[in-house]
Amino acid sequence: MTPLLSVRHLTKTYGRHIGCADVSFDLYPGEVMGIVGESGSGKSTLLNCMAGHMAPDSGAVIFDTRAEGPKDTVSMSEPERRMLGRTDWAFVHQHARDGLRMGVSAGGNVGERLMAVGARNYAQIRETATDWLGRVEIDTGRIDDRPSTFSGGMQQRLQIARNLVTGPRLVFMDEPTGGLDVSVQARLLDLLRGLVRQMGLSAVIVTHDLAVVRLLADRLMVMKDGRVVETGLTDQVLDDPQHGYTQLLVSSVLQV
Amino acid sequence: MTEHYNFAYLDEQTKRMIRRALLKALAVPGYQVPFASREMPMPYGWGTGGVQVTAAVLVPEDRLKVIDQGADDTTNAVSIRAFFARTAGVATTEATAEATVIQTRHRIPEVTLREGQILVYQVPIPEPLRFLEPSEVETRRMHALEDYGLMHVKLYEDISRHGHIATAYAYPVRVAGRYVMDPSPIPKFDNPKMEMAAIQLFGAGREQRIYALPPHTPVVSLDFEDHPFEASKADHACGLCGATDSYLDEVIVDDAGGRMFVCSDTDYCGSRQAAGHKGKDAA
Repeated sequence: MTPLLSVRHLTKTYGRHIGCADVSFDLYPGEVMGIVGESGSGKSTLLNCMAGHMAPDSGAVIFDTRAEGPKDTVSMSEPERRMLGRTDWAFVHQHARDGLRMGVSAGGNVGERLMAVGARNYAQIRETATDWLGRVEIDTGRIDDRPSTFSGGMQQRLQIARNLVTGPRLVFMDEPTGGLDVSVQARLLDLLRGLVRQMGLSAVIVTHDLAVVRLLADRLMVMKDGRVVETGLTDQVLDDPQHGYTQLLVSSVLQV
Repeated sequence: MTEHYNFAYLDEQTKRMIRRALLKALAVPGYQVPFASREMPMPYGWGTGGVQVTAAVLVPEDRLKVIDQGADDTTNAVSIRAFFARTAGVATTEATAEATVIQTRHRIPEVTLREGQILVYQVPIPEPLRFLEPSEVETRRMHALEDYGLMHVKLYEDISRHGHIATAYAYPVRVAGRYVMDPSPIPKFDNPKMEMAAIQLFGAGREQRIYALPPHTPVVSLDFEDHPFEASKADHACGLCGATDSYLDEVIVDDAGGRMFVCSDTDYCGSRQAAGHKGKDAA
Protein backbone atom coordinates (compact mmCIF):
# COMPACT_ATOMS: atom_id res chain seq x y z
CA MET A 1 0.00 0.00 0.00
CA THR A 2 1.32 3.44 -0.94
CA PRO A 3 1.42 5.84 1.95
CA LEU A 4 -0.72 8.94 1.38
CA LEU A 5 1.93 11.10 2.90
CA SER A 6 5.55 10.27 3.47
CA VAL A 7 7.70 12.68 5.38
CA ARG A 8 11.43 12.18 5.01
CA HIS A 9 14.10 13.85 7.14
CA LEU A 10 12.19 17.09 7.41
CA THR A 11 14.31 19.81 9.02
CA LYS A 12 13.60 23.45 9.65
CA THR A 13 15.80 25.75 11.68
CA TYR A 14 15.32 29.35 12.71
CA GLY A 15 18.89 30.57 12.66
CA ARG A 16 20.63 28.66 15.42
CA HIS A 17 17.36 27.41 16.87
CA ILE A 18 15.93 24.13 15.77
CA GLY A 19 12.31 24.20 14.63
CA CYS A 20 12.09 20.54 13.87
CA ALA A 21 14.91 18.18 13.00
CA ASP A 22 15.07 15.02 10.93
CA VAL A 23 11.41 14.05 11.18
CA SER A 24 10.33 11.05 9.12
CA PHE A 25 7.06 9.14 9.11
CA ASP A 26 4.47 7.59 6.82
CA LEU A 27 0.77 8.23 6.92
CA TYR A 28 -1.50 5.69 5.26
CA PRO A 29 -4.94 6.40 3.76
CA GLY A 30 -7.62 6.59 6.43
CA GLU A 31 -5.10 6.93 9.22
CA VAL A 32 -5.05 9.67 11.82
CA MET A 33 -1.69 10.67 13.21
CA GLY A 34 -1.40 12.69 16.38
CA ILE A 35 1.59 14.85 17.17
CA VAL A 36 1.95 15.86 20.81
CA GLY A 37 4.58 17.74 22.71
CA GLU A 38 4.95 20.81 24.85
CA SER A 39 4.92 24.37 23.54
CA GLY A 40 8.01 25.06 21.48
CA SER A 41 8.66 21.41 20.71
CA GLY A 42 8.32 22.04 16.97
CA LYS A 43 4.85 20.58 16.40
CA SER A 44 3.48 23.61 14.59
CA THR A 45 6.67 24.14 12.61
CA LEU A 46 6.45 20.56 11.42
CA LEU A 47 2.78 20.94 10.50
CA ASN A 48 3.36 24.19 8.63
CA CYS A 49 6.25 22.65 6.71
CA MET A 50 4.15 19.66 5.74
CA ALA A 51 1.21 21.82 4.67
CA GLY A 52 3.42 24.03 2.55
CA HIS A 53 2.90 27.17 4.61
CA MET A 54 6.59 27.25 5.37
CA ALA A 55 9.55 26.05 3.34
CA PRO A 56 11.61 23.41 5.15
CA ASP A 57 15.42 23.67 5.02
CA SER A 58 15.79 20.09 3.93
CA GLY A 59 13.81 16.91 3.61
CA ALA A 60 10.87 15.82 1.53
CA VAL A 61 7.11 15.67 1.94
CA ILE A 62 5.84 13.14 -0.57
CA PHE A 63 2.12 13.16 -1.21
CA ASP A 64 0.29 10.55 -3.23
CA THR A 65 -1.44 12.86 -5.74
CA ARG A 66 -4.53 11.72 -7.58
CA ALA A 67 -3.16 12.42 -11.02
CA GLU A 68 0.53 11.68 -10.85
CA GLY A 69 1.05 9.42 -7.87
CA PRO A 70 3.64 10.16 -5.17
CA LYS A 71 5.16 13.61 -5.61
CA ASP A 72 7.42 15.74 -3.43
CA THR A 73 5.38 18.76 -2.41
CA VAL A 74 8.41 20.70 -1.21
CA SER A 75 9.92 20.87 -4.67
CA MET A 76 6.68 21.15 -6.64
CA SER A 77 5.68 24.51 -8.09
CA GLU A 78 3.71 27.01 -6.08
CA PRO A 79 0.55 26.80 -8.24
CA GLU A 80 0.55 23.03 -7.92
CA ARG A 81 0.96 23.24 -4.17
CA ARG A 82 -1.81 25.82 -3.93
CA MET A 83 -4.06 23.59 -5.97
CA LEU A 84 -3.39 20.75 -3.54
CA GLY A 85 -4.01 23.17 -0.69
CA ARG A 86 -7.54 23.80 -1.86
CA THR A 87 -8.49 20.41 -3.20
CA ASP A 88 -6.88 17.40 -1.58
CA TRP A 89 -5.59 19.13 1.52
CA ALA A 90 -7.32 20.96 4.27
CA PHE A 91 -5.90 23.00 7.10
CA VAL A 92 -7.79 23.67 10.30
CA HIS A 93 -6.26 26.51 12.26
CA GLN A 94 -6.26 26.75 16.02
CA HIS A 95 -7.96 30.13 15.85
CA ALA A 96 -10.95 30.01 13.56
CA ARG A 97 -10.30 33.66 12.74
CA ASP A 98 -7.09 32.66 10.93
CA GLY A 99 -8.93 30.16 8.77
CA LEU A 100 -12.13 32.06 8.07
CA ARG A 101 -12.93 35.26 6.25
CA MET A 102 -14.64 37.20 8.97
CA GLY A 103 -16.17 39.74 6.59
CA VAL A 104 -17.81 37.12 4.40
CA SER A 105 -21.01 35.21 5.21
CA ALA A 106 -20.91 31.60 6.40
CA GLY A 107 -22.14 30.41 3.01
CA GLY A 108 -19.45 32.42 1.24
CA ASN A 109 -16.82 30.97 3.51
CA VAL A 110 -17.88 27.42 2.73
CA GLY A 111 -18.27 28.21 -0.97
CA GLU A 112 -14.88 29.84 -1.42
CA ARG A 113 -12.97 26.63 -2.03
CA LEU A 114 -15.62 25.46 -4.47
CA MET A 115 -15.38 28.70 -6.41
CA ALA A 116 -11.59 28.55 -6.28
CA VAL A 117 -11.67 25.24 -8.12
CA GLY A 118 -14.09 26.54 -10.71
CA ALA A 119 -17.66 26.17 -9.40
CA ARG A 120 -19.71 28.82 -11.19
CA ASN A 121 -23.26 27.85 -10.41
CA TYR A 122 -24.70 29.87 -7.55
CA ALA A 123 -27.56 27.50 -6.75
CA GLN A 124 -25.26 24.49 -6.55
CA ILE A 125 -22.69 26.29 -4.43
CA ARG A 126 -25.41 27.38 -2.07
CA GLU A 127 -26.89 23.91 -1.86
CA THR A 128 -23.50 22.41 -1.04
CA ALA A 129 -22.86 25.10 1.55
CA THR A 130 -26.24 24.46 3.17
CA ASP A 131 -25.55 20.74 3.23
CA TRP A 132 -22.18 21.28 4.89
CA LEU A 133 -23.52 23.67 7.50
CA GLY A 134 -25.98 20.94 8.41
CA ARG A 135 -23.24 18.36 8.60
CA VAL A 136 -21.26 20.45 11.08
CA GLU A 137 -24.41 21.14 13.09
CA ILE A 138 -24.78 24.82 12.28
CA ASP A 139 -28.34 26.04 11.84
CA THR A 140 -28.72 26.42 8.08
CA GLY A 141 -30.80 29.54 8.67
CA ARG A 142 -27.56 31.30 9.56
CA ILE A 143 -25.99 30.74 6.15
CA ASP A 144 -25.99 34.47 5.40
CA ASP A 145 -24.65 35.55 8.79
CA ARG A 146 -21.06 36.55 9.18
CA PRO A 147 -18.82 34.32 11.28
CA SER A 148 -18.14 37.26 13.58
CA THR A 149 -21.65 36.74 14.94
CA PHE A 150 -20.90 33.07 15.69
CA SER A 151 -19.68 31.60 18.95
CA GLY A 152 -16.15 30.18 19.16
CA GLY A 153 -17.34 26.60 18.77
CA MET A 154 -19.51 27.47 15.80
CA GLN A 155 -16.66 29.33 14.15
CA GLN A 156 -14.46 26.28 14.55
CA ARG A 157 -17.14 24.03 13.07
CA LEU A 158 -17.60 26.48 10.21
CA GLN A 159 -13.88 26.37 9.57
CA ILE A 160 -14.06 22.60 9.37
CA ALA A 161 -16.98 22.75 6.92
CA ARG A 162 -15.12 25.27 4.79
CA ASN A 163 -12.13 22.96 4.64
CA LEU A 164 -13.91 19.69 4.00
CA VAL A 165 -16.28 20.94 1.32
CA THR A 166 -14.00 19.98 -1.55
CA GLY A 167 -13.65 16.44 -0.21
CA PRO A 168 -9.98 16.53 0.73
CA ARG A 169 -8.05 13.35 1.47
CA LEU A 170 -5.69 14.81 4.01
CA VAL A 171 -6.47 17.24 6.80
CA PHE A 172 -3.91 19.10 8.85
CA MET A 173 -5.23 20.27 12.19
CA ASP A 174 -3.41 22.65 14.47
CA GLU A 175 -4.89 22.43 17.97
CA PRO A 176 -8.44 22.18 16.64
CA THR A 177 -9.94 22.30 20.13
CA GLY A 178 -7.68 24.98 21.58
CA GLY A 179 -9.46 27.80 23.36
CA LEU A 180 -12.83 26.07 23.51
CA ASP A 181 -14.55 25.07 26.74
CA VAL A 182 -14.77 21.37 27.48
CA SER A 183 -18.35 20.70 26.50
CA VAL A 184 -17.84 22.48 23.19
CA GLN A 185 -14.59 20.56 22.76
CA ALA A 186 -16.38 17.29 23.31
CA ARG A 187 -18.98 18.14 20.68
CA LEU A 188 -16.32 19.22 18.21
CA LEU A 189 -14.30 16.06 18.79
CA ASP A 190 -17.39 13.95 18.31
CA LEU A 191 -18.09 15.75 15.05
CA LEU A 192 -14.49 15.43 13.86
CA ARG A 193 -14.36 11.76 14.67
CA GLY A 194 -17.58 11.20 12.78
CA LEU A 195 -16.40 13.12 9.71
CA VAL A 196 -12.98 11.50 9.66
CA ARG A 197 -14.45 8.01 9.79
CA GLN A 198 -17.31 8.73 7.43
CA MET A 199 -15.18 10.39 4.73
CA GLY A 200 -12.22 8.07 5.23
CA LEU A 201 -9.96 11.04 5.79
CA SER A 202 -6.36 10.90 6.75
CA ALA A 203 -5.37 13.51 9.24
CA VAL A 204 -2.40 14.93 11.05
CA ILE A 205 -3.44 16.48 14.33
CA VAL A 206 -1.12 18.65 16.33
CA THR A 207 -2.19 19.19 19.90
CA HIS A 208 -0.98 19.29 23.46
CA ASP A 209 -4.21 17.78 24.67
CA LEU A 210 -3.71 14.07 25.20
CA ALA A 211 -7.45 13.44 25.43
CA VAL A 212 -7.83 14.69 21.86
CA VAL A 213 -5.32 12.25 20.46
CA ARG A 214 -6.71 9.42 22.56
CA LEU A 215 -10.07 9.97 20.90
CA LEU A 216 -9.00 10.73 17.36
CA ALA A 217 -5.55 9.42 16.58
CA ASP A 218 -4.56 5.92 15.52
CA ARG A 219 -0.90 6.61 15.91
CA LEU A 220 1.03 9.05 18.01
CA MET A 221 4.28 10.89 17.66
CA VAL A 222 5.80 12.62 20.67
CA MET A 223 8.10 15.58 20.04
CA LYS A 224 10.54 17.33 22.25
CA ASP A 225 13.02 20.06 21.29
CA GLY A 226 12.26 19.64 17.62
CA ARG A 227 12.87 15.91 17.54
CA VAL A 228 10.59 12.92 17.60
CA VAL A 229 11.29 11.04 20.82
CA GLU A 230 8.67 8.33 20.63
CA THR A 231 6.18 6.95 18.12
CA GLY A 232 3.68 4.14 18.25
CA LEU A 233 0.02 3.26 18.41
CA THR A 234 -1.82 5.84 20.48
CA ASP A 235 -2.97 3.49 23.21
CA GLN A 236 0.42 1.88 23.41
CA VAL A 237 2.25 5.19 23.79
CA LEU A 238 -0.21 6.60 26.28
CA ASP A 239 -0.59 3.46 28.37
CA ASP A 240 3.01 2.32 28.30
CA PRO A 241 5.21 5.34 27.69
CA GLN A 242 8.86 4.45 27.18
CA HIS A 243 10.66 7.78 26.85
CA GLY A 244 11.16 9.87 29.95
CA TYR A 245 9.47 12.88 28.46
CA THR A 246 6.41 10.89 27.39
CA GLN A 247 6.13 9.48 30.88
CA LEU A 248 6.22 13.00 32.26
CA LEU A 249 3.64 14.13 29.73
CA VAL A 250 1.24 11.29 30.48
CA SER A 251 1.61 11.67 34.24
CA SER A 252 1.05 15.43 34.02
CA VAL A 253 -2.55 15.06 32.89
CA LEU A 254 -4.96 16.07 35.61
CA GLN A 255 -7.40 13.35 36.53
CA VAL A 256 -10.85 14.54 37.36
CA MET B 1 2.48 81.02 -19.09
CA THR B 2 3.31 77.99 -21.20
CA GLU B 3 7.03 78.77 -21.31
CA HIS B 4 7.27 78.19 -17.56
CA TYR B 5 6.22 74.58 -17.90
CA ASN B 6 7.66 71.66 -19.77
CA PHE B 7 5.22 70.37 -22.41
CA ALA B 8 2.25 68.82 -20.56
CA TYR B 9 3.61 69.83 -17.15
CA LEU B 10 5.67 66.70 -16.33
CA ASP B 11 9.41 66.65 -17.02
CA GLU B 12 10.67 64.45 -19.84
CA GLN B 13 12.29 61.88 -17.53
CA THR B 14 9.03 61.32 -15.70
CA LYS B 15 7.10 61.00 -18.93
CA ARG B 16 9.64 58.50 -20.17
CA MET B 17 9.25 56.49 -16.98
CA ILE B 18 5.46 56.52 -17.33
CA ARG B 19 5.66 55.54 -21.00
CA ARG B 20 7.80 52.58 -20.09
CA ALA B 21 5.20 51.51 -17.56
CA LEU B 22 2.50 52.01 -20.21
CA LEU B 23 4.31 49.85 -22.74
CA LYS B 24 4.71 47.11 -20.20
CA ALA B 25 1.06 47.43 -19.21
CA LEU B 26 0.00 47.13 -22.85
CA ALA B 27 2.19 44.09 -23.30
CA VAL B 28 0.55 42.34 -20.34
CA PRO B 29 -3.12 43.37 -20.48
CA GLY B 30 -4.65 43.82 -17.05
CA TYR B 31 -1.40 43.52 -15.14
CA GLN B 32 -0.85 46.34 -12.67
CA VAL B 33 2.52 47.91 -13.38
CA PRO B 34 3.98 49.89 -10.48
CA PHE B 35 5.24 53.35 -11.39
CA ALA B 36 6.76 56.24 -9.49
CA SER B 37 3.70 58.43 -9.32
CA ARG B 38 4.51 62.14 -8.97
CA GLU B 39 2.93 64.82 -6.88
CA MET B 40 0.51 66.65 -9.11
CA PRO B 41 -0.95 70.10 -8.52
CA MET B 42 -4.24 68.55 -7.46
CA PRO B 43 -5.35 66.32 -4.59
CA TYR B 44 -5.29 62.54 -4.72
CA GLY B 45 -8.66 61.27 -5.78
CA TRP B 46 -9.10 64.03 -8.36
CA GLY B 47 -7.41 62.08 -11.10
CA THR B 48 -3.68 62.37 -10.44
CA GLY B 49 -3.10 58.98 -12.08
CA GLY B 50 -5.13 59.80 -15.16
CA VAL B 51 -3.47 63.21 -15.51
CA GLN B 52 0.01 61.68 -15.42
CA VAL B 53 -0.91 59.10 -18.03
CA THR B 54 -2.47 61.78 -20.22
CA ALA B 55 0.63 63.95 -19.83
CA ALA B 56 2.82 61.05 -20.89
CA VAL B 57 0.84 60.22 -24.05
CA LEU B 58 -0.02 63.74 -25.24
CA VAL B 59 1.66 65.10 -28.34
CA PRO B 60 1.17 68.66 -29.63
CA GLU B 61 -1.11 67.47 -32.46
CA ASP B 62 -3.54 65.84 -30.03
CA ARG B 63 -7.06 67.01 -29.39
CA LEU B 64 -8.04 66.40 -25.79
CA LYS B 65 -11.43 65.69 -24.29
CA VAL B 66 -11.94 65.32 -20.55
CA ILE B 67 -15.10 63.91 -19.01
CA ASP B 68 -16.17 63.37 -15.44
CA GLN B 69 -19.15 61.02 -14.94
CA GLY B 70 -19.77 61.44 -18.66
CA ALA B 71 -20.02 65.22 -18.46
CA ASP B 72 -17.67 67.70 -20.13
CA ASP B 73 -18.77 70.59 -17.96
CA THR B 74 -18.12 69.47 -14.39
CA THR B 75 -15.46 71.09 -12.23
CA ASN B 76 -12.97 68.27 -12.49
CA ALA B 77 -13.30 67.93 -16.26
CA VAL B 78 -13.12 71.66 -16.86
CA SER B 79 -10.02 72.09 -14.70
CA ILE B 80 -8.11 69.19 -16.18
CA ARG B 81 -8.95 70.33 -19.69
CA ALA B 82 -7.81 73.85 -18.83
CA PHE B 83 -4.68 72.45 -17.19
CA PHE B 84 -3.54 70.73 -20.37
CA ALA B 85 -4.68 73.55 -22.62
CA ARG B 86 -2.37 75.76 -20.60
CA THR B 87 0.61 73.48 -19.95
CA ALA B 88 0.64 71.65 -23.28
CA GLY B 89 -1.16 74.08 -25.54
CA VAL B 90 -3.10 71.21 -27.12
CA ALA B 91 -6.45 71.69 -28.76
CA THR B 92 -9.44 70.60 -26.72
CA THR B 93 -12.86 69.44 -27.70
CA GLU B 94 -16.08 68.17 -26.21
CA ALA B 95 -16.95 66.03 -29.22
CA THR B 96 -16.03 62.39 -28.62
CA ALA B 97 -15.47 61.63 -32.29
CA GLU B 98 -13.03 64.51 -32.74
CA ALA B 99 -10.85 63.77 -29.73
CA THR B 100 -7.64 61.78 -30.01
CA VAL B 101 -7.07 61.50 -26.27
CA ILE B 102 -10.01 61.25 -23.86
CA GLN B 103 -9.41 61.31 -20.14
CA THR B 104 -12.37 59.95 -18.25
CA ARG B 105 -13.62 59.42 -14.79
CA HIS B 106 -16.36 56.82 -14.23
CA ARG B 107 -17.70 56.54 -17.79
CA ILE B 108 -16.98 55.32 -21.29
CA PRO B 109 -18.47 57.66 -23.93
CA GLU B 110 -21.60 56.43 -25.71
CA VAL B 111 -20.14 57.01 -29.18
CA THR B 112 -18.14 53.99 -30.27
CA LEU B 113 -14.45 54.78 -30.03
CA ARG B 114 -12.29 54.10 -33.04
CA GLU B 115 -8.76 53.14 -33.84
CA GLY B 116 -6.27 55.93 -33.13
CA GLN B 117 -8.05 57.17 -30.03
CA ILE B 118 -6.75 56.73 -26.50
CA LEU B 119 -9.07 56.48 -23.51
CA VAL B 120 -7.37 57.32 -20.20
CA TYR B 121 -9.16 56.27 -17.01
CA GLN B 122 -8.72 57.77 -13.58
CA VAL B 123 -8.55 54.89 -11.12
CA PRO B 124 -9.01 55.25 -7.36
CA ILE B 125 -8.23 51.65 -6.33
CA PRO B 126 -6.66 49.47 -9.01
CA GLU B 127 -6.75 46.21 -7.05
CA PRO B 128 -10.01 44.32 -7.67
CA LEU B 129 -9.28 41.98 -4.76
CA ARG B 130 -8.54 44.76 -2.29
CA PHE B 131 -11.69 44.74 -0.20
CA LEU B 132 -11.52 40.98 0.15
CA GLU B 133 -7.82 40.58 0.79
CA PRO B 134 -6.11 43.48 2.55
CA SER B 135 -2.55 42.23 2.02
CA GLU B 136 -0.82 43.54 -1.10
CA VAL B 137 1.71 40.70 -0.93
CA GLU B 138 -1.13 38.21 -0.98
CA THR B 139 -3.11 39.89 -3.78
CA ARG B 140 -0.02 40.02 -5.98
CA ARG B 141 0.56 36.36 -5.34
CA MET B 142 -3.06 35.64 -6.18
CA HIS B 143 -2.69 37.47 -9.51
CA ALA B 144 0.53 35.65 -10.25
CA LEU B 145 -1.05 32.27 -9.58
CA GLU B 146 -4.42 33.13 -11.15
CA ASP B 147 -6.00 32.36 -7.80
CA TYR B 148 -9.25 34.20 -8.41
CA GLY B 149 -11.79 32.18 -6.43
CA LEU B 150 -12.14 35.08 -4.04
CA MET B 151 -13.54 37.33 -6.73
CA HIS B 152 -16.54 35.06 -7.06
CA VAL B 153 -16.95 35.05 -3.28
CA LYS B 154 -17.68 38.75 -3.59
CA LEU B 155 -20.32 38.10 -6.23
CA TYR B 156 -21.70 35.23 -4.15
CA GLU B 157 -22.09 37.60 -1.22
CA ASP B 158 -23.96 40.01 -3.43
CA ILE B 159 -26.46 37.40 -4.52
CA SER B 160 -26.93 35.98 -1.04
CA ARG B 161 -27.60 39.45 0.35
CA HIS B 162 -29.55 41.07 -2.46
CA GLY B 163 -30.84 38.21 -4.56
CA HIS B 164 -28.88 39.36 -7.59
CA ILE B 165 -25.40 40.66 -8.36
CA ALA B 166 -25.77 44.13 -6.88
CA THR B 167 -22.32 45.36 -7.86
CA ALA B 168 -23.31 48.17 -10.20
CA TYR B 169 -19.97 49.82 -10.83
CA ALA B 170 -16.30 48.76 -10.77
CA TYR B 171 -17.63 45.37 -11.87
CA PRO B 172 -14.68 42.95 -12.05
CA VAL B 173 -13.61 41.69 -15.46
CA ARG B 174 -11.17 39.11 -16.71
CA VAL B 175 -9.06 40.37 -19.59
CA ALA B 176 -7.44 38.34 -22.33
CA GLY B 177 -8.31 35.20 -20.36
CA ARG B 178 -5.73 35.98 -17.73
CA TYR B 179 -5.80 38.89 -15.30
CA VAL B 180 -8.79 39.91 -13.27
CA MET B 181 -9.00 43.68 -13.50
CA ASP B 182 -10.91 46.50 -11.88
CA PRO B 183 -12.37 48.53 -14.76
CA SER B 184 -12.32 51.61 -12.46
CA PRO B 185 -15.68 52.78 -11.14
CA ILE B 186 -17.48 52.80 -14.50
CA PRO B 187 -21.08 51.54 -14.36
CA LYS B 188 -21.37 47.91 -15.36
CA PHE B 189 -23.45 49.20 -18.28
CA ASP B 190 -20.11 50.23 -19.81
CA ASN B 191 -18.36 46.89 -19.30
CA PRO B 192 -19.31 45.40 -22.68
CA LYS B 193 -17.94 48.50 -24.39
CA MET B 194 -14.46 47.73 -23.13
CA GLU B 195 -13.78 45.46 -26.08
CA MET B 196 -13.09 48.44 -28.30
CA ALA B 197 -10.85 49.65 -31.10
CA ALA B 198 -9.23 52.39 -29.00
CA ILE B 199 -6.37 51.96 -26.57
CA GLN B 200 -7.43 52.03 -22.92
CA LEU B 201 -4.97 53.19 -20.28
CA PHE B 202 -5.64 53.17 -16.55
CA GLY B 203 -3.72 55.37 -14.10
CA ALA B 204 -3.95 55.19 -10.31
CA GLY B 205 -1.90 58.03 -8.85
CA ARG B 206 -2.15 57.41 -5.16
CA GLU B 207 -1.77 53.66 -5.53
CA GLN B 208 1.03 54.13 -8.07
CA ARG B 209 -0.23 51.61 -10.57
CA ILE B 210 -0.77 51.67 -14.32
CA TYR B 211 -2.59 49.05 -16.34
CA ALA B 212 -3.86 48.94 -19.86
CA LEU B 213 -5.91 47.22 -22.52
CA PRO B 214 -4.67 47.09 -26.11
CA PRO B 215 -7.37 47.46 -28.80
CA HIS B 216 -9.81 44.56 -29.15
CA THR B 217 -8.66 42.78 -26.00
CA PRO B 218 -11.28 40.24 -24.88
CA VAL B 219 -12.93 41.51 -21.69
CA VAL B 220 -15.25 39.17 -19.82
CA SER B 221 -17.35 40.31 -16.89
CA LEU B 222 -17.30 37.72 -14.11
CA ASP B 223 -20.59 36.04 -13.26
CA PHE B 224 -22.33 32.82 -12.30
CA GLU B 225 -23.98 30.42 -14.75
CA ASP B 226 -27.35 30.93 -13.11
CA HIS B 227 -26.83 34.64 -12.46
CA PRO B 228 -25.31 35.90 -15.70
CA PHE B 229 -23.80 39.35 -16.10
CA GLU B 230 -26.26 41.99 -17.15
CA ALA B 231 -25.35 45.48 -18.36
CA SER B 232 -28.05 47.40 -16.54
CA LYS B 233 -29.25 50.97 -16.74
CA ALA B 234 -32.24 52.95 -15.51
CA ASP B 235 -35.30 51.75 -17.37
CA HIS B 236 -36.22 55.09 -18.90
CA ALA B 237 -35.53 57.25 -21.93
CA CYS B 238 -33.44 60.38 -21.66
CA GLY B 239 -35.68 63.30 -20.70
CA LEU B 240 -33.82 65.72 -22.95
CA CYS B 241 -32.92 63.77 -26.07
CA GLY B 242 -35.16 60.73 -25.78
CA ALA B 243 -32.28 58.24 -26.16
CA THR B 244 -33.10 54.76 -24.88
CA ASP B 245 -29.66 53.24 -25.42
CA SER B 246 -27.53 55.53 -23.24
CA TYR B 247 -26.58 55.41 -19.58
CA LEU B 248 -28.81 57.73 -17.56
CA ASP B 249 -28.35 59.93 -14.52
CA GLU B 250 -31.30 60.44 -12.25
CA VAL B 251 -31.75 64.10 -11.42
CA ILE B 252 -34.00 65.32 -8.61
CA VAL B 253 -35.70 68.44 -9.93
CA ASP B 254 -37.82 69.64 -7.02
CA ASP B 255 -38.54 68.78 -3.40
CA ALA B 256 -41.81 67.06 -4.21
CA GLY B 257 -40.28 63.87 -5.55
CA GLY B 258 -39.98 65.16 -9.10
CA ARG B 259 -37.19 63.60 -11.07
CA MET B 260 -35.94 63.24 -14.58
CA PHE B 261 -33.50 60.93 -16.28
CA VAL B 262 -30.87 62.41 -18.54
CA CYS B 263 -27.93 61.01 -20.47
CA SER B 264 -24.80 61.08 -18.36
CA ASP B 265 -22.80 61.61 -21.56
CA THR B 266 -23.41 65.32 -22.19
CA ASP B 267 -21.80 65.31 -25.62
CA TYR B 268 -23.97 62.42 -26.79
CA CYS B 269 -27.10 64.06 -25.42
CA GLY B 270 -26.20 67.46 -26.83
CA SER B 271 -25.48 66.17 -30.32
CA ARG B 272 -28.72 64.21 -30.36
CA GLN B 273 -30.67 67.31 -29.37
CA ALA B 274 -28.88 69.31 -32.05
CA ALA B 275 -29.98 66.66 -34.53
CA GLY B 276 -33.57 67.30 -33.56
CA HIS B 277 -34.26 64.49 -31.07
CA LYS B 278 -36.44 65.55 -28.20
CA GLY B 279 -37.25 63.87 -24.89
CA LYS B 280 -40.41 64.29 -22.86
CA ASP B 281 -38.87 66.78 -20.41
CA ALA B 282 -37.18 68.94 -23.03
CA ALA B 283 -38.09 72.60 -22.84
